[in-house]
Amino acid sequence: MSDKKRVSRRQFLNYTLTGVGGFMAAGMLAPMVRFAIDPVLTKKESGDFVSVASVDEITNEPQRFEWTIDQVDAWYESEVQKTAWVYRNENDEIVALSPICTHLGCTVDWASNEEYPNEFFCPCHGGRYKKNGENIPGTPPTAPLPHFEFKVEEGMLYLGEAKDTGGGV
Amino acid sequence: MLQKIYDWVDERVDITPLWRDIADHEVPEHVNPAHHFSAFVYCFGGLTFFITVIQILSGMFLTMYYVPDIENAWKSVYYLQREVAYGQIVRGMHHWGASLVIVMLFLHTLRVFFQGAYKKPRELNWVIGVLLFFVMLGLGFTGYLLPWDNKAYFATQVGLEIAAATPFIGDQIRTLLAGDPSIVGAQTLTRFFAIHVFFLPAALFGLMAFHFVLIRKQGITGPL
Repeated sequence: MSDKKRVSRRQFLNYTLTGVGGFMAAGMLAPMVRFAIDPVLTKKESGDFVSVASVDEITNEPQRFEWTIDQVDAWYESEVQKTAWVYRNENDEIVALSPICTHLGCTVDWASNEEYPNEFFCPCHGGRYKKNGENIPGTPPTAPLPHFEFKVEEGMLYLGEAKDTGGGV
Repeated sequence: MLQKIYDWVDERVDITPLWRDIADHEVPEHVNPAHHFSAFVYCFGGLTFFITVIQILSGMFLTMYYVPDIENAWKSVYYLQREVAYGQIVRGMHHWGASLVIVMLFLHTLRVFFQGAYKKPRELNWVIGVLLFFVMLGLGFTGYLLPWDNKAYFATQVGLEIAAATPFIGDQIRTLLAGDPSIVGAQTLTRFFAIHVFFLPAALFGLMAFHFVLIRKQGITGPL
Protein backbone atom coordinates (compact mmCIF):
# COMPACT_ATOMS: atom_id res chain seq x y z
CA MET A 1 0.00 0.00 0.00
CA SER A 2 1.34 3.40 -0.90
CA ASP A 3 1.92 5.99 1.77
CA LYS A 4 -0.76 8.22 0.30
CA LYS A 5 -3.53 5.74 0.99
CA ARG A 6 -2.40 4.90 4.50
CA VAL A 7 -4.56 6.20 7.29
CA SER A 8 -2.32 7.78 9.87
CA ARG A 9 -2.66 6.92 13.54
CA ARG A 10 -3.92 10.45 14.20
CA GLN A 11 -6.54 10.21 11.44
CA PHE A 12 -7.68 6.80 12.59
CA LEU A 13 -8.15 8.05 16.14
CA ASN A 14 -9.92 11.16 14.87
CA TYR A 15 -12.40 9.08 12.86
CA THR A 16 -13.10 6.50 15.55
CA LEU A 17 -13.44 9.03 18.36
CA THR A 18 -15.71 11.27 16.27
CA GLY A 19 -17.74 8.21 15.31
CA VAL A 20 -18.12 6.95 18.86
CA GLY A 21 -18.85 10.46 20.16
CA GLY A 22 -21.41 11.03 17.42
CA PHE A 23 -23.05 7.69 18.16
CA MET A 24 -23.34 8.54 21.86
CA ALA A 25 -24.70 12.01 21.15
CA ALA A 26 -27.23 10.55 18.71
CA GLY A 27 -28.27 7.90 21.22
CA MET A 28 -28.87 10.66 23.74
CA LEU A 29 -30.66 13.09 21.46
CA ALA A 30 -32.73 10.70 19.33
CA PRO A 31 -35.33 9.86 22.03
CA MET A 32 -35.61 13.51 23.01
CA VAL A 33 -36.12 14.70 19.45
CA ARG A 34 -38.66 11.97 18.71
CA PHE A 35 -40.42 12.93 21.97
CA ALA A 36 -40.56 16.57 20.90
CA ILE A 37 -41.86 15.97 17.36
CA ASP A 38 -44.49 13.44 18.44
CA PRO A 39 -47.46 15.78 17.81
CA VAL A 40 -46.35 16.19 14.19
CA LEU A 41 -46.20 12.43 13.63
CA THR A 42 -49.36 11.45 15.51
CA LYS A 43 -52.15 10.52 13.11
CA LYS A 44 -55.24 12.63 13.60
CA GLU A 45 -58.21 10.39 14.23
CA SER A 46 -61.19 11.38 12.13
CA GLY A 47 -64.05 12.77 14.15
CA ASP A 48 -67.41 11.06 14.52
CA PHE A 49 -70.55 12.26 12.85
CA VAL A 50 -72.79 14.16 15.23
CA SER A 51 -76.54 14.67 14.89
CA VAL A 52 -77.02 18.39 14.40
CA ALA A 53 -80.57 19.09 13.24
CA SER A 54 -83.70 17.63 11.72
CA VAL A 55 -83.68 17.70 7.92
CA ASP A 56 -87.08 19.45 8.01
CA GLU A 57 -85.47 22.52 9.55
CA ILE A 58 -83.16 23.06 6.59
CA THR A 59 -84.43 25.75 4.23
CA ASN A 60 -83.09 27.45 1.14
CA GLU A 61 -81.76 30.25 3.32
CA PRO A 62 -78.48 29.43 5.17
CA GLN A 63 -79.18 28.86 8.85
CA ARG A 64 -76.77 28.72 11.70
CA PHE A 65 -76.69 25.37 13.56
CA GLU A 66 -74.66 24.72 16.68
CA TRP A 67 -73.63 21.51 18.38
CA THR A 68 -70.99 20.40 20.86
CA ILE A 69 -68.31 17.75 20.60
CA ASP A 70 -66.15 16.15 23.30
CA GLN A 71 -62.64 17.30 22.61
CA VAL A 72 -59.65 15.44 24.03
CA ASP A 73 -56.66 17.77 24.14
CA ALA A 74 -53.81 15.64 25.53
CA TRP A 75 -54.56 15.54 29.29
CA TYR A 76 -57.47 18.01 29.06
CA GLU A 77 -60.96 17.00 28.02
CA SER A 78 -63.69 19.53 27.34
CA GLU A 79 -66.84 20.21 25.36
CA VAL A 80 -66.29 22.46 22.40
CA GLN A 81 -69.00 24.25 20.46
CA LYS A 82 -69.06 23.88 16.68
CA THR A 83 -71.03 25.92 14.18
CA ALA A 84 -72.17 25.35 10.59
CA TRP A 85 -74.19 27.27 8.02
CA VAL A 86 -76.63 24.80 6.45
CA TYR A 87 -79.09 25.23 3.54
CA ARG A 88 -80.51 23.48 0.50
CA ASN A 89 -79.23 24.68 -2.84
CA GLU A 90 -81.26 25.03 -6.05
CA ASN A 91 -80.76 21.30 -6.81
CA ASP A 92 -82.23 20.46 -3.39
CA GLU A 93 -78.84 19.24 -2.16
CA ILE A 94 -77.76 19.94 1.40
CA VAL A 95 -74.77 22.26 1.80
CA ALA A 96 -73.06 22.63 5.19
CA LEU A 97 -70.38 25.30 5.32
CA SER A 98 -67.81 26.01 8.01
CA PRO A 99 -68.00 29.56 9.35
CA ILE A 100 -64.21 29.84 9.68
CA CYS A 101 -62.90 32.48 7.27
CA THR A 102 -60.10 31.09 5.08
CA HIS A 103 -58.25 34.39 5.32
CA LEU A 104 -57.20 34.52 8.98
CA GLY A 105 -59.72 32.39 10.83
CA CYS A 106 -62.39 34.85 11.96
CA THR A 107 -66.06 33.80 11.99
CA VAL A 108 -68.18 34.68 8.98
CA ASP A 109 -71.89 35.53 9.12
CA TRP A 110 -74.62 35.15 6.52
CA ALA A 111 -76.01 38.44 5.18
CA SER A 112 -74.71 40.41 8.15
CA ASN A 113 -73.57 43.30 5.95
CA GLU A 114 -76.40 45.35 4.48
CA GLU A 115 -74.46 46.03 1.28
CA TYR A 116 -74.05 42.30 0.53
CA PRO A 117 -77.37 40.67 1.50
CA ASN A 118 -76.72 37.37 -0.30
CA GLU A 119 -73.19 36.70 0.78
CA PHE A 120 -71.21 35.40 3.73
CA PHE A 121 -69.36 38.32 5.25
CA CYS A 122 -66.33 38.35 7.53
CA PRO A 123 -66.23 41.44 9.76
CA CYS A 124 -62.49 41.30 10.43
CA HIS A 125 -61.14 42.34 7.04
CA GLY A 126 -64.27 42.47 4.86
CA GLY A 127 -63.85 39.01 3.32
CA ARG A 128 -66.87 37.88 1.27
CA TYR A 129 -68.12 34.54 -0.04
CA LYS A 130 -70.96 33.59 -2.39
CA LYS A 131 -73.82 31.50 -1.06
CA ASN A 132 -72.08 28.30 -2.24
CA GLY A 133 -69.02 29.19 -0.16
CA GLU A 134 -66.88 30.39 -3.05
CA ASN A 135 -64.70 33.34 -2.12
CA ILE A 136 -65.26 36.55 -4.05
CA PRO A 137 -62.16 37.78 -5.92
CA GLY A 138 -60.77 41.06 -4.66
CA THR A 139 -61.60 40.31 -1.03
CA PRO A 140 -58.96 38.92 1.40
CA PRO A 141 -59.83 35.16 1.40
CA THR A 142 -57.98 33.04 -1.16
CA ALA A 143 -59.99 29.81 -0.78
CA PRO A 144 -63.67 28.82 -0.47
CA LEU A 145 -65.24 28.07 2.91
CA PRO A 146 -64.65 24.44 3.94
CA HIS A 147 -67.59 22.03 3.53
CA PHE A 148 -68.67 19.76 6.37
CA GLU A 149 -68.94 16.07 5.55
CA PHE A 150 -72.53 15.11 6.20
CA LYS A 151 -74.98 12.24 6.09
CA VAL A 152 -78.72 12.01 6.58
CA GLU A 153 -80.13 9.20 8.69
CA GLU A 154 -83.74 8.84 9.81
CA GLY A 155 -84.52 12.43 9.01
CA MET A 156 -81.59 13.82 10.98
CA LEU A 157 -78.58 15.65 9.60
CA TYR A 158 -75.22 14.37 10.84
CA LEU A 159 -72.10 16.49 10.39
CA GLY A 160 -68.50 15.30 10.50
CA GLU A 161 -65.23 17.04 9.71
CA ALA A 162 -64.95 20.29 7.77
CA LYS A 163 -62.92 19.64 4.62
CA ASP A 164 -61.22 22.16 2.38
CA THR A 165 -62.71 21.93 -1.07
CA GLY A 166 -59.61 23.35 -2.68
CA GLY A 167 -59.66 25.62 -5.68
CA GLY A 168 -60.56 29.16 -4.89
CA VAL A 169 -60.27 32.28 -6.91
CA MET B 1 -17.50 20.72 2.96
CA LEU B 2 -17.34 21.15 6.74
CA GLN B 3 -13.67 22.02 6.46
CA LYS B 4 -14.54 24.71 3.91
CA ILE B 5 -17.23 26.22 6.14
CA TYR B 6 -14.80 26.16 9.05
CA ASP B 7 -12.05 27.79 6.98
CA TRP B 8 -14.46 30.47 5.73
CA VAL B 9 -15.43 31.41 9.28
CA ASP B 10 -11.90 31.04 10.63
CA GLU B 11 -10.45 33.28 7.95
CA ARG B 12 -12.76 36.08 9.03
CA VAL B 13 -13.20 35.57 12.78
CA ASP B 14 -10.05 33.61 13.75
CA ILE B 15 -11.86 31.03 15.87
CA THR B 16 -9.00 28.51 16.09
CA PRO B 17 -7.33 30.05 19.18
CA LEU B 18 -10.74 30.06 20.92
CA TRP B 19 -11.33 26.33 20.83
CA ARG B 20 -7.63 25.45 21.06
CA ASP B 21 -7.51 27.26 24.36
CA ILE B 22 -10.44 25.15 25.63
CA ALA B 23 -9.81 21.76 24.04
CA ASP B 24 -6.16 21.46 23.10
CA HIS B 25 -4.05 20.81 26.16
CA GLU B 26 -1.93 17.91 27.28
CA VAL B 27 -3.25 15.26 29.61
CA PRO B 28 -0.45 14.46 32.09
CA GLU B 29 0.56 10.82 32.31
CA HIS B 30 -0.65 10.36 35.87
CA VAL B 31 -4.27 11.30 34.96
CA ASN B 32 -4.38 9.17 31.79
CA PRO B 33 -6.06 5.78 32.35
CA ALA B 34 -4.12 4.42 29.35
CA HIS B 35 -0.95 4.71 31.41
CA HIS B 36 -2.24 3.93 34.87
CA PHE B 37 -5.65 2.31 35.03
CA SER B 38 -6.24 3.68 38.52
CA ALA B 39 -6.37 7.13 36.89
CA PHE B 40 -10.03 6.41 36.05
CA VAL B 41 -10.84 8.24 39.29
CA TYR B 42 -10.08 11.46 37.40
CA CYS B 43 -13.11 10.78 35.18
CA PHE B 44 -15.72 11.42 37.85
CA GLY B 45 -15.72 15.18 37.43
CA GLY B 46 -16.21 14.85 33.69
CA LEU B 47 -18.92 12.23 34.21
CA THR B 48 -20.72 14.57 36.60
CA PHE B 49 -20.65 17.22 33.87
CA PHE B 50 -21.78 14.72 31.21
CA ILE B 51 -24.81 13.68 33.26
CA THR B 52 -25.55 17.32 34.05
CA VAL B 53 -25.74 17.95 30.29
CA ILE B 54 -28.18 15.03 29.96
CA GLN B 55 -30.25 16.49 32.80
CA ILE B 56 -30.37 19.91 31.15
CA LEU B 57 -31.37 18.50 27.75
CA SER B 58 -33.96 16.00 29.00
CA GLY B 59 -35.37 18.66 31.35
CA MET B 60 -35.75 21.13 28.50
CA PHE B 61 -37.66 18.56 26.48
CA LEU B 62 -39.87 17.53 29.42
CA THR B 63 -41.12 21.11 29.84
CA MET B 64 -42.69 20.80 26.37
CA TYR B 65 -45.41 18.70 27.99
CA TYR B 66 -45.23 19.39 31.72
CA VAL B 67 -47.55 21.90 33.43
CA PRO B 68 -46.67 23.26 36.90
CA ASP B 69 -50.25 23.37 38.14
CA ILE B 70 -51.88 21.24 40.83
CA GLU B 71 -54.79 20.29 38.56
CA ASN B 72 -52.69 19.26 35.59
CA ALA B 73 -49.16 18.45 36.78
CA TRP B 74 -49.78 14.78 37.50
CA LYS B 75 -52.01 14.36 34.43
CA SER B 76 -49.43 15.94 32.13
CA VAL B 77 -46.67 13.70 33.49
CA TYR B 78 -48.93 10.65 33.07
CA TYR B 79 -49.75 11.75 29.54
CA LEU B 80 -46.17 12.41 28.44
CA GLN B 81 -45.07 9.09 29.89
CA ARG B 82 -47.93 6.96 28.55
CA GLU B 83 -48.99 8.60 25.31
CA VAL B 84 -46.01 10.45 23.87
CA ALA B 85 -43.40 8.47 21.92
CA TYR B 86 -40.24 7.91 24.00
CA GLY B 87 -41.84 9.79 26.89
CA GLN B 88 -40.93 7.03 29.29
CA ILE B 89 -37.31 7.13 28.10
CA VAL B 90 -36.93 10.91 28.26
CA ARG B 91 -38.52 11.06 31.72
CA GLY B 92 -36.46 8.01 32.70
CA MET B 93 -33.27 9.82 31.69
CA HIS B 94 -34.20 12.77 33.89
CA HIS B 95 -35.37 10.58 36.78
CA TRP B 96 -32.38 8.20 36.92
CA GLY B 97 -29.90 10.86 35.89
CA ALA B 98 -30.95 12.90 38.92
CA SER B 99 -29.76 10.11 41.23
CA LEU B 100 -26.69 9.28 39.15
CA VAL B 101 -25.47 12.86 39.09
CA ILE B 102 -25.41 12.89 42.89
CA VAL B 103 -23.46 9.62 42.90
CA MET B 104 -20.89 10.96 40.40
CA LEU B 105 -20.63 14.23 42.29
CA PHE B 106 -19.99 12.31 45.50
CA LEU B 107 -17.30 10.11 43.91
CA HIS B 108 -15.65 13.21 42.42
CA THR B 109 -15.65 14.86 45.87
CA LEU B 110 -14.15 11.72 47.45
CA ARG B 111 -11.33 11.66 44.87
CA VAL B 112 -10.52 15.33 45.47
CA PHE B 113 -10.68 14.80 49.23
CA PHE B 114 -8.50 11.69 49.49
CA GLN B 115 -5.91 12.99 47.04
CA GLY B 116 -5.74 16.24 48.97
CA ALA B 117 -6.38 18.04 45.70
CA TYR B 118 -8.27 20.78 47.54
CA LYS B 119 -5.09 22.13 49.19
CA LYS B 120 -3.49 25.47 48.39
CA PRO B 121 -3.80 26.99 45.81
CA ARG B 122 -7.09 25.16 45.03
CA GLU B 123 -9.12 25.94 48.17
CA LEU B 124 -11.39 28.34 46.28
CA ASN B 125 -12.33 25.66 43.74
CA TRP B 126 -13.23 23.32 46.60
CA VAL B 127 -15.54 25.98 48.00
CA ILE B 128 -17.18 26.43 44.60
CA GLY B 129 -17.53 22.67 44.37
CA VAL B 130 -19.34 22.56 47.70
CA LEU B 131 -21.67 25.33 46.48
CA LEU B 132 -22.31 23.27 43.33
CA PHE B 133 -23.18 20.33 45.57
CA PHE B 134 -25.75 22.46 47.43
CA VAL B 135 -27.24 23.66 44.14
CA MET B 136 -27.55 20.03 43.00
CA LEU B 137 -29.28 19.08 46.24
CA GLY B 138 -31.64 22.04 45.71
CA LEU B 139 -32.39 20.85 42.19
CA GLY B 140 -33.11 17.38 43.53
CA PHE B 141 -35.37 18.70 46.28
CA THR B 142 -37.39 21.04 44.03
CA GLY B 143 -37.57 18.55 41.15
CA TYR B 144 -38.93 15.84 43.43
CA LEU B 145 -42.18 17.76 43.97
CA LEU B 146 -42.94 18.41 40.29
CA PRO B 147 -44.70 15.10 39.37
CA TRP B 148 -47.22 16.03 42.11
CA ASP B 149 -47.88 12.46 43.23
CA ASN B 150 -48.18 11.26 46.82
CA LYS B 151 -44.49 10.57 47.25
CA ALA B 152 -43.61 14.01 45.93
CA TYR B 153 -46.16 15.73 48.16
CA PHE B 154 -45.14 14.08 51.41
CA ALA B 155 -41.41 14.27 50.72
CA THR B 156 -41.81 18.01 50.24
CA GLN B 157 -43.93 18.21 53.39
CA VAL B 158 -41.03 16.65 55.30
CA GLY B 159 -38.43 18.81 53.57
CA LEU B 160 -40.36 21.95 54.44
CA GLU B 161 -40.61 20.85 58.08
CA ILE B 162 -36.85 20.42 58.13
CA ALA B 163 -36.42 23.92 56.71
CA ALA B 164 -38.87 25.19 59.33
CA ALA B 165 -36.62 23.78 62.07
CA THR B 166 -34.05 26.49 61.33
CA PRO B 167 -33.55 28.62 64.51
CA PHE B 168 -35.33 32.00 64.65
CA ILE B 169 -36.27 32.33 60.96
CA GLY B 170 -37.52 28.79 60.31
CA ASP B 171 -41.15 29.74 59.74
CA GLN B 172 -40.20 32.53 57.37
CA ILE B 173 -37.99 30.17 55.34
CA ARG B 174 -40.79 27.63 55.08
CA THR B 175 -43.25 30.29 53.92
CA LEU B 176 -40.73 31.61 51.42
CA LEU B 177 -40.27 28.14 49.95
CA ALA B 178 -43.90 26.98 50.09
CA GLY B 179 -45.53 30.29 49.23
CA ASP B 180 -47.98 29.85 52.11
CA PRO B 181 -47.56 29.49 55.90
CA SER B 182 -49.57 26.26 56.15
CA ILE B 183 -50.56 24.93 52.72
CA VAL B 184 -48.36 22.81 50.47
CA GLY B 185 -50.24 23.46 47.25
CA ALA B 186 -50.66 25.60 44.17
CA GLN B 187 -48.10 28.22 45.14
CA THR B 188 -45.60 25.64 46.36
CA LEU B 189 -45.67 23.88 43.00
CA THR B 190 -45.18 27.02 40.91
CA ARG B 191 -42.39 28.23 43.20
CA PHE B 192 -40.59 24.91 43.10
CA PHE B 193 -40.95 24.82 39.32
CA ALA B 194 -39.50 28.32 38.92
CA ILE B 195 -36.62 27.51 41.28
CA HIS B 196 -36.02 24.18 39.52
CA VAL B 197 -35.93 25.43 35.93
CA PHE B 198 -34.72 29.04 36.22
CA PHE B 199 -33.04 30.07 39.45
CA LEU B 200 -30.96 27.02 40.35
CA PRO B 201 -29.85 26.24 36.76
CA ALA B 202 -28.67 29.86 36.45
CA ALA B 203 -26.64 29.46 39.63
CA LEU B 204 -25.41 26.07 38.39
CA PHE B 205 -24.16 27.48 35.07
CA GLY B 206 -22.33 30.36 36.75
CA LEU B 207 -20.65 28.14 39.32
CA MET B 208 -19.72 25.49 36.75
CA ALA B 209 -18.11 28.11 34.51
CA PHE B 210 -16.11 29.40 37.47
CA HIS B 211 -15.17 25.81 38.46
CA PHE B 212 -13.81 25.06 34.97
CA VAL B 213 -12.02 28.39 34.51
CA LEU B 214 -10.15 27.76 37.75
CA ILE B 215 -9.16 24.24 36.63
CA ARG B 216 -7.69 25.66 33.40
CA LYS B 217 -6.01 28.48 35.29
CA GLN B 218 -4.46 26.33 38.02
CA GLY B 219 -3.96 23.10 36.10
CA ILE B 220 -4.56 19.62 37.41
CA THR B 221 -2.85 18.51 40.64
CA GLY B 222 0.45 16.69 40.34
CA PRO B 223 0.93 12.94 40.92
CA LEU B 224 0.53 11.65 44.48
